Amino acid sequence: MALFEAVNITKQFGNITALNKVSISVPGKCIYGLLGPNGAGKTTLLRIINQITGPDSGELYLNGKKLSPEDVRKIGYLPEERGLYKKMKVGEQALYFAQLKGLSKHEAMRRLKYWFRKLEITDWWGRKVEELSKGMQQKVQFITTVLHEPELIIFDEPFTGFDPVNVNIIKNEILFLREKGATIIFSTHNMGSVEELCDNISLIDKAETILEGSVSEIRHKWAANEYDLTFSGDVKIEENGRFKIIDRQYENGRTSIRLRSADGISNNEILHSILDRGNIISFNPALPSMNEIFIRVVESRSQE
Amino acid sequence: MNKTAIIIKREYLTRVRKKSFIIMTILAPLLLAGFVILIPVIMLTGGKDHKQIAVIEEGTRIFRGIIPDTRDEKFVYLDNVSINDLITTFEQAGYFGILYISPQALNNPILYSKKQPDIGLLEHISGSLKKEIERQKLLTYNIQNLDSILTQIRTNVSVSTRLVDETGKTTETSTGISMALAYIGGLLMYMLVFVFGSQVMRGVIEEKTSRVVEVIVSSVKPAELMMGKIIGIALVGLTQFLIWIFLTTAAVSIVKSSILNKTGIRETAQSVTQDVMSAEKTASVPFPEQASVTPEITELAKIFDSAMNQNWLLIIFSFIFYFITGYLLYAAIFAAIGSAVDNETETQQFMLPVTIPILLALFVAMGTMQNPESSLAFWFSVIPLTSPIVMMARIPFGVPAWQLIVSMTLMLITFSAFVWMAAKVYRTGILMYGKKSSWKELWKWLRYTG
Repeated sequence: MALFEAVNITKQFGNITALNKVSISVPGKCIYGLLGPNGAGKTTLLRIINQITGPDSGELYLNGKKLSPEDVRKIGYLPEERGLYKKMKVGEQALYFAQLKGLSKHEAMRRLKYWFRKLEITDWWGRKVEELSKGMQQKVQFITTVLHEPELIIFDEPFTGFDPVNVNIIKNEILFLREKGATIIFSTHNMGSVEELCDNISLIDKAETILEGSVSEIRHKWAANEYDLTFSGDVKIEENGRFKIIDRQYENGRTSIRLRSADGISNNEILHSILDRGNIISFNPALPSMNEIFIRVVESRSQE
Repeated sequence: MNKTAIIIKREYLTRVRKKSFIIMTILAPLLLAGFVILIPVIMLTGGKDHKQIAVIEEGTRIFRGIIPDTRDEKFVYLDNVSINDLITTFEQAGYFGILYISPQALNNPILYSKKQPDIGLLEHISGSLKKEIERQKLLTYNIQNLDSILTQIRTNVSVSTRLVDETGKTTETSTGISMALAYIGGLLMYMLVFVFGSQVMRGVIEEKTSRVVEVIVSSVKPAELMMGKIIGIALVGLTQFLIWIFLTTAAVSIVKSSILNKTGIRETAQSVTQDVMSAEKTASVPFPEQASVTPEITELAKIFDSAMNQNWLLIIFSFIFYFITGYLLYAAIFAAIGSAVDNETETQQFMLPVTIPILLALFVAMGTMQNPESSLAFWFSVIPLTSPIVMMARIPFGVPAWQLIVSMTLMLITFSAFVWMAAKVYRTGILMYGKKSSWKELWKWLRYTG
């Protein structure tokens, strides 16, 4: 059963439709990527999930029950536009946000100590936020997002503003949170991190969902008739009626070729026609990267 | 703990702990007290640069030494000098002007000067000359003991006022005290509403520009955040106000007791209650020190007593009522404006329409002191946007109960409506970036759902 579901969410701002009957279904204990070009409506959807704004129509379910205002305790949200009170001390501020999420002062203190130690920012407890570097501020923010141990954690572009070292730390923390049983939704432009982290994705464009499912399923589906072929040695093959060559490279004593099969031609038939050309090391269906899929889908839609 | 309470606590504590708050809270009453004491001291000790005025009497010496020197002016009586000679050179000779008294027109002397003399000087000269001419005329009647008779008949009259209520009970009041209270009440209300109202606006802008706001509204409702901020800052204002009242009361009682005990500072105390012009005169009128001390002090004690007779309970109650409601009304507007802009410079276009009623209220309040019963004062003390300031200026003079009730009821209704509308604008505004906002845009936000 899905941990979180949004069904037919529609939201308009004046004449502009931000979301048009968007549905997503997020399985429990998974990392769910929300993709889409700028202005697609991702942030609006995330705001609706966080009950910052309400949808014009459509329903939201958490654990099969309708989402209620009390559920903010079960949700953690790191918005894209994030910030802290500059003049306030780090510890005091983290405590304030934790209390707003409904934690008692005592409990909040206990957990904060744990997280501050884990992310190695204990020394900064009594400093003002304005004295912190941007990456440090992001860490504080990350802590305030997950401190109340929410079932559902929402990250809007979690990696912007982090250096590569910190990106890695945060990635590991996200994976760790999933291991501990949290469900994570995050929106991003960074397709590399999608393949690395996400189990499921949803692609939103111009206020509509245009692709939803598990990452591997989607990649296989879009890989329909492209293959990667590797020979040992410098090998040349010619296109014939069965396939077209898209790319050929000779490197380190190996030839890599990507081909696209013609309609109705089986793998065996292709292999048959090239068996005598050299020593085949591998033959695999080529999975397009999420980036390629993303660009292809969005471009084909804008041509319509 | 309730979430709004958590927000109120933060808003309150971060502001009260600021150094600027502590300094202002303690310093403001001291500064005020300082001014009250300093101004008369400055007026009495005066500058050293006296204006010298040459007095030329043609042919006579009737007025020799008659015009007493004042704090600012010295009168120098010249003989054997012709007006025609001096008129071209008096400035080089160090004179501010020449007072020319011709024997043909004793009651119409002429003051020649390069600059327009102030009215106080003219009154001082004409008063002194008039007194002397009258004295001279009296002398021609050959009355015995004229001087002692004149001293005996010199009388001061001061009208005191009593307010009568329905039961016929009278209370001693002082119009001066009422005016002072009206002035302080109206001005303080203006300052508090404006200062703390714009603090709300700045707080909202700070949250918006530092992008904290979205984190917070994922935990609490925008309206809760807005109200938490507004109430937190209101409590800051009330704290400051109460400390001011306490310090001022303390200062007043100290001043009062020290004035009653010491005769030495008679002049200072006296000029506190009088305006610049009369202070000048009293300082210059020569009368025996000993005789004057007692009446001056009883006069002062009377002023204190009539100040105590003001309906303080009503004043403080209505002040707090109008502060809370007036402040909530304007703070809500300020919060909505703050939410609609990206930085403080953008607030200009929204501020003007908000400032106009406040300034209007302040002007009407000042006029109210001349005529507290005018219909202008009535209407402005009933219309919610101006009533907090104008009504505070009217209350010390006594306001019919029904007017107070109408004004307060309207205030309650209006502020609820404004807070409700502001919350709707605020909710949309705080999440809207990089959009040039206008009143039209705000109106649109007001109608968004959810």
